Amino acid sequence: MFPNAFKYEAPASVDEAVRLLAEYGYDGKVLAGGQSLLPMMKLRVAAPAVLIDINGIDALQGWREVDGKLRVGAMTRHAELEHAKELRDTYPLFFQTARWIADPLIRNRGTIGGSLAHADPGSDWGAAMIALRAEVEARGPQGSRLIPIDEFFVDTFATALNEDELAVAVHVPTPKGPAASRYMKLERRAGDFAIAALAVHVALGTDGRVSEAGIGICACGPIPLRAAKAEAALIGRPLTEEVIVEASRLVPEDAEPADDLRGSAEYKRDVLRVFAARALRDIAKELQGKVGIQ
Amino acid sequence: MKIRVKVNGTLYEADVEPRTLLAYFLREELKLTGTHIGCDTTTCGACTVLLDGKAVKSCTVLAVQANGREVMTVEGLEKDGQLNPLQVAFWEEHALHCGYCTPGMLMASYALLQENPMPTEEEIRFGLSGNVCRCTGYMNIVKAVQSAARRLSGASGEAVGEVATSGTAAD
Repeated sequence: MFPNAFKYEAPASVDEAVRLLAEYGYDGKVLAGGQSLLPMMKLRVAAPAVLIDINGIDALQGWREVDGKLRVGAMTRHAELEHAKELRDTYPLFFQTARWIADPLIRNRGTIGGSLAHADPGSDWGAAMIALRAEVEARGPQGSRLIPIDEFFVDTFATALNEDELAVAVHVPTPKGPAASRYMKLERRAGDFAIAALAVHVALGTDGRVSEAGIGICACGPIPLRAAKAEAALIGRPLTEEVIVEASRLVPEDAEPADDLRGSAEYKRDVLRVFAARALRDIAKELQGKVGIQ
Repeated sequence: MKIRVKVNGTLYEADVEPRTLLAYFLREELKLTGTHIGCDTTTCGACTVLLDGKAVKSCTVLAVQANGREVMTVEGLEKDGQLNPLQVAFWEEHALHCGYCTPGMLMASYALLQENPMPTEEEIRFGLSGNVCRCTGYMNIVKAVQSAARRLSGASGEAVGEVATSGTAAD
């Protein structure tokens, strides 16, 4: 199988890429890791007239901390985030999520920016970035803007990016206080999209009560979703068994799963509830005794 | 579009259509048919090659994306007529049946051992989770990778002598 013929552009800078996006408009499609786009092109589900390959733009790779945030370049590969030891203490959700994405071969190519811009409902990064309250940095002809993740996913395979905008990075706030996270995913077979998956991030205040709660859901709706009710049930309360049970019961209320080959909607809702309880119990255990250390 | 790609140490220059996939370029242009095309939809891993040292599915990389880069295929494992210890281990442990997945299994295993010279069984299964085998049930593949890991680290007993002569795998 091979894709339709297309014109190939390989810009060496973000400015050049943005210029090409503006020039080609709807005909242009950005090629990041290509692990979703190229299969779609081979299956002729997608047939862009122009492919703008951003793999040669060094400025889109890697990460750094700036102004209380971690800025991760859009072309950072899943495998790099999976193996980045320096991120494990402060931003553990990156490696916890990355290791669940597809398989090691795909993780060597696929990128966090490409995954977010592709906006698959089953996007593992989508769930994780919702949990971490990330912002997507978009660059267009008029300059840069930050798009909160809750506004970024518009619909299945559709984002808030304009036609002439390139997602150049994702920004994640540095957790304040002791924090822990979990990524929970159920798949039919290794490397598959999720039946249901859940990303959970919790930070505790000096009083031992939850000060930050982020819960992202994927594969259970048209876009990755936020379990806002469960988050609200955690904020300001200690992570006791009673609070955990209450919050995890609220998680499915913000999910919109469908009956499909991967399972019934009812089953997926229950998976989310069970995952939330397991994740929160693990997090409570991990954070036990950590309050007041800083 | 003109590209220059180093494959198994040899520099090739070719004029390719941008839509040519790396797997097809290797097989049809360079006649390196060791790289197999299985599912053609980024699932099975039969087409696994190393691109600048990283194991990737070559059916899901454009040939033009390999421009200026180095590719290693299964043909690159053998050195001077000597099988790579991984290939010897696959042979000895009978880590294949029909053999269709084997080139991909070998390349993914090679990349795994480069990063983790002595993986546990769990790490091997996790590391090879992008490669599908429909014959073996994976048991002997795992055994072969373990055996190759022992050989390459010089930890095995009697097997070392016979394989040491082909021990260029660490390069």
